[in-house]
Amino acid sequence: MRPTKCLFALATLLLLGTSVHAAEATSVKVGFLSTLSGPGAGLGIDIRDGFNLAVKQLNGKLGGLPAEVIVVDDQQKPEVAQQIAEKFLKKDKVDFMTGIVFSNIMLAVGQPVFDNKTFYISANAGPSQYAGEQCNPYFFNVAWQNDNLHEAVGKYVMDKGFKNVVLVAPNYPGGKDAMVGFKRFYKGKVSEEIYTKLGQLDYAAELAQIRSLKPDAVFFFLPGGMGINFVKQFVAAGLSSDTQLFAPGFSADEDVIKAVGRRCSACSTPRTGRTTWRTPRTGASLPTSRRNTDVCPHFTPSQGFDAALLIDGAVRDVKGRLDDKEALRKALEAKHFKSVRGDFKFNSNHYPVQNYYLRVIGRDAQGRVTNKTMGTVFTNHADAYVAQCKMK
Amino acid sequence: MTQLILEQALNGLQFGLMLFLLAAGLTLVFGIMDMINLAHGSLYMVGAYLAAAVTQASGSFMVGIGTAMLATALLGALLEVSLLRRLYARDHLAQVLATFALILIANEVVRMIWGAQPMLLNAPDALSGPVSIGGFFYPAYRLLLIGVGVLVAGLLYLLVSHTRLGMWVRAGASNREMTEALGVNVRLLFTAVFAVGAALCALAGAMLGPLLAVQVGMGESILILAFVVIVIGGIGSIRGALVGSLLVGLVDTLGRAALPSLLREVLSPEVASSLGPALASILIYVLMAAILFWRPEGLFPARG
Repeated sequence: MRPTKCLFALATLLLLGTSVHAAEATSVKVGFLSTLSGPGAGLGIDIRDGFNLAVKQLNGKLGGLPAEVIVVDDQQKPEVAQQIAEKFLKKDKVDFMTGIVFSNIMLAVGQPVFDNKTFYISANAGPSQYAGEQCNPYFFNVAWQNDNLHEAVGKYVMDKGFKNVVLVAPNYPGGKDAMVGFKRFYKGKVSEEIYTKLGQLDYAAELAQIRSLKPDAVFFFLPGGMGINFVKQFVAAGLSSDTQLFAPGFSADEDVIKAVGRRCSACSTPRTGRTTWRTPRTGASLPTSRRNTDVCPHFTPSQGFDAALLIDGAVRDVKGRLDDKEALRKALEAKHFKSVRGDFKFNSNHYPVQNYYLRVIGRDAQGRVTNKTMGTVFTNHADAYVAQCKMK
Repeated sequence: MTQLILEQALNGLQFGLMLFLLAAGLTLVFGIMDMINLAHGSLYMVGAYLAAAVTQASGSFMVGIGTAMLATALLGALLEVSLLRRLYARDHLAQVLATFALILIANEVVRMIWGAQPMLLNAPDALSGPVSIGGFFYPAYRLLLIGVGVLVAGLLYLLVSHTRLGMWVRAGASNREMTEALGVNVRLLFTAVFAVGAALCALAGAMLGPLLAVQVGMGESILILAFVVIVIGGIGSIRGALVGSLLVGLVDTLGRAALPSLLREVLSPEVASSLGPALASILIYVLMAAILFWRPEGLFPARG
């Protein structure tokens, strides 16, 4: 009889342990799943560094509780990401997940996370599915809905009077969102929509096709290393003399400029996106980031930074009661922080309503090639899918 | 229209010739030594990284390529003498396991030394723009790749079919025991072939570096294509490798360029735009399957 009794006692103890935990968490666990190797790694690393920078500035805490951030590389493979997410949910029992760059991975991982009632704070991937019919109370996005940046480019290209455009994007959910978004505001002629393989690095065939179509502008959505290669090869093919290049902001972040900059300054390609860190917080965060980490002051890290601040504000609001999902959701929706890149508020589908700016690559006062903000394309812009979202 | 066709043909040629640099070494190792070397792609990666590192340090692309080729050839010879030599007598499964382990080791070592993010390797400034020949534009750097590919193919042809060394290599490929019985030092020959194959890998890696990306795992994706090439061409045959490479290069490029618009003629735009790119990316495997169906030994079987 003794062993059984002992076991029973132990079980009660464990139960007690968990119930204490349920009342008030002693730490915040974040599962950070992102693409940290391969051609898409630049974005994932930026988001990670931005997230870590925020946690560091908060003295290693989120919402006043010690933060534990578990960082794992998804290798840009959905099946790898699914396994890691499984581990985050079942073994590590994380309180929040964040970090995913690519929408196909987001769509592969999302459902199990939501079913587990774990909040996912997206710092990048904003698939149209999760903005519309499949919107979910456990999904928040601090960056954008995928279409948004492309809508802004589309509007700008339309306003500037370009008549004949070729679109290039990878053949995956994010790429499809890009084309749809661009065409939502650009009503002129699209002479070709070229879909490439995700992760493709050689664009010789596509560039030859573009040359034969003689467009006056090319819009490309090729995140990470794909975009670097595309721009380099575009210039090498001699297309930059009579065709304007347009791309969403992350295709012209400071790291991309570093890789292709000198060549790109010659083609002076206007691009769209939000400005880099330019609100009051900038003064505080910029010098730290330059000195202590390798985070360049461009906008992809700001997405990770914002994700951390969103969690921080919500955890503080519910006073560490992370198991009260309803209260936590309300706290996240209330968004207790000001974004470093210009503020936004959440729409009913948990996607941001915000301004979109135009940037042009040019030389700054010291003669360095960098991004310059030119003006606002959209003010308080929402995504096109919010009406289809019946948030439960 | 002529510009488009000519440009796409050149693109296919350029891609094919670069594949040939990889496939030539692979097919010889496979054909002569009956050895499946999955780590061939790792040599390509190491070559590219060495070229990028030396180019950044010395500021000269030429020095980078030269050093990378020499160092990779040395590494290849070292690998052959120390490890692979022990695997020739084993079955293919043991070879696959051992060389797969080499891939993992090479990837981790490269990650440790150079980090997980791609390394920057730019073509020389003089070659970063287009050249124009009578109104026809083509990137100068790609033209250089075609030139180098043709040169190497020519040199290999001379080496294999007009020198004593080449005769031994061909003899070794068609009947290893008989060649040994005739007094050829096959051991040394193997090491030499392996070193040359490694140097060609490094050349391909260094030349493709500025066009693609110098990154961990770059060897695996191209290795699959190289295997497709040697299976199409016939294992052990240099001529087969050349024809196979050009076929794969042209079919892949033309498929990517023409298939989506061809499909749009017969199907609805939505179906065509999702089916086209998917179909284009499997086209070379369809080609391989078709060739294996009619010519199971490949186009130019080395063993009679």
